[in-house]
Amino acid sequence: MEKDKFTIKDLNLFYGDFQALKKISMHIPEKEITAFIGPSGCGKSTLLKSLNRMNDLVEGCKITGTLLLDGEPINQMKNVNLLRKRVGMVFQKPNPFPMSIYDNVAYGPRTHGIRKKSELDAIVEDSLKKAAIWDETKDRLKKSALGMSGGQQQRLCIARALAVQPEVLLMDEPTSALDPISTTKIEDLALELKNQYTIVMVTHNMQQAARISDKTAFFLLGEMVEMNDTETIFSKPQDKRTDDYITGRFG
Amino acid sequence: MEKIKGQLESYKEQPFSLVLRFLMWIATFLTVGITVCIVGYILIRGIPNLSPEMFAWEYNTENVSMMPAIINTVLMVLLVLLIAVPVGIGAAIYLVEYAKRGSKLVKLVRITAETLSGIPSIVYGLFGYLLFATTFRWGYTFLGGALTLAIMILPLILRTTEEALKAVPDSFREGSFGLGAGSLRTIFRIILPSAVPGIVSGVILGIGRVVGETAALMYTAGTIAKVPGLMSSGRTLAVHMYALLSEGLYMKQAYATAVVLLVVVLLINAGSGWIAKKLTKR
Repeated sequence: MEKDKFTIKDLNLFYGDFQALKKISMHIPEKEITAFIGPSGCGKSTLLKSLNRMNDLVEGCKITGTLLLDGEPINQMKNVNLLRKRVGMVFQKPNPFPMSIYDNVAYGPRTHGIRKKSELDAIVEDSLKKAAIWDETKDRLKKSALGMSGGQQQRLCIARALAVQPEVLLMDEPTSALDPISTTKIEDLALELKNQYTIVMVTHNMQQAARISDKTAFFLLGEMVEMNDTETIFSKPQDKRTDDYITGRFG
Repeated sequence: MEKIKGQLESYKEQPFSLVLRFLMWIATFLTVGITVCIVGYILIRGIPNLSPEMFAWEYNTENVSMMPAIINTVLMVLLVLLIAVPVGIGAAIYLVEYAKRGSKLVKLVRITAETLSGIPSIVYGLFGYLLFATTFRWGYTFLGGALTLAIMILPLILRTTEEALKAVPDSFREGSFGLGAGSLRTIFRIILPSAVPGIVSGVILGIGRVVGETAALMYTAGTIAKVPGLMSSGRTLAVHMYALLSEGLYMKQAYATAVVLLVVVLLINAGSGWIAKKLTKR
């Protein structure tokens, strides 16, 4: 029996008066890739951001219901920084900081109190290797991260997220701004990383969900329509709306 | 030559863009030309009048030395920045990073800052005089002058810093928060360094106003031509020049002073540009 990393029960989320998520209940298993699919504005990114409380930054955002990480209620955690250390995030558009490649990766560990150069060096090398970008960067660690290509920047952002040794990696459409070759690299990377990390990925791209995820959840207008093994979702969807979406009848 | 010919050919079809192009040339020429004229005029009239005794350490009516005024100008700039920059940047950080976006307080501060930056400097001078010289019973003091000028350039620093902070993409903030960094670390490690160029351009504008200010200083810091303590009177270069001009006896020295004032402004600008570069490199 697989272990649940996140347990979500009857989750409602409001932006002011607008209800963005309606009665979401799901289990996200550990060390697997879970994909959220659905048309724009269906709430999949919003749900993802609730998992490390990035929604706290949005004004007028209110959450009710249960949201557990390893059985611990996320919204009652005292130290949100510690939560975000455990639950890392990769964003839609690569967002490296305007500093060197090395400093980008070392930013997280430094934030959490690691100062020793030898230790940082090891973490930076290890993270870049895990993100499959070490070979391209090892000779230019002191160069600005902004000089890299979009695909390299995104892998750097993954390395940066890995450097704080998270348990979970949230990916918000990580390949939507990238070309097909970079996309393949990121997908291979995700498959590699799921041995060690729980990955939750929002994607617009159904083929992507079908290619790499173990579980898929389909969202529509703030509701979760269906969640199942990816294979089942794409071959024998239970709900008519899921069927319509994955066969391209809307969305 | 061939290229120009080709361009002229293409204008036959679009005569209006030729007109626009001419207007642009004229505008460029005017901007550069006026600057060159002013600088050239000052240099030509001023340089021959520069003499070693004008840089004597002590001022007297014989040598009309501007050395105390030069030192005072630098000290005044440093003192004013020391007061206005931390306050201005601090307030801007609060407005952009902490206050609710679009809240009443933010709007109020913005309107106040805009109003303050529209007030003529003589009014600041009067205010400083009434507050520091009379109400506090300080008399003419260097500190009073510095505080007055700090109040005067505060809105400028505040607004430019605010704009610079707002121009930092939210994705940097998300990235930093997403790694578990708190607001303080995010602000000091990510946001402020990205905003440094904008902040520095505001500081340079502020320096320009301090160096060129006379009205607000005459009634607060006074016009004594000595390097002062904090609580005594002292004149800056601009005030020195004004004093020379208004007395009418020292026109040559006034031109020489203008040359030095120009050089000081250029040096200070170059210096702050250099510091900005050093800061952004990190």
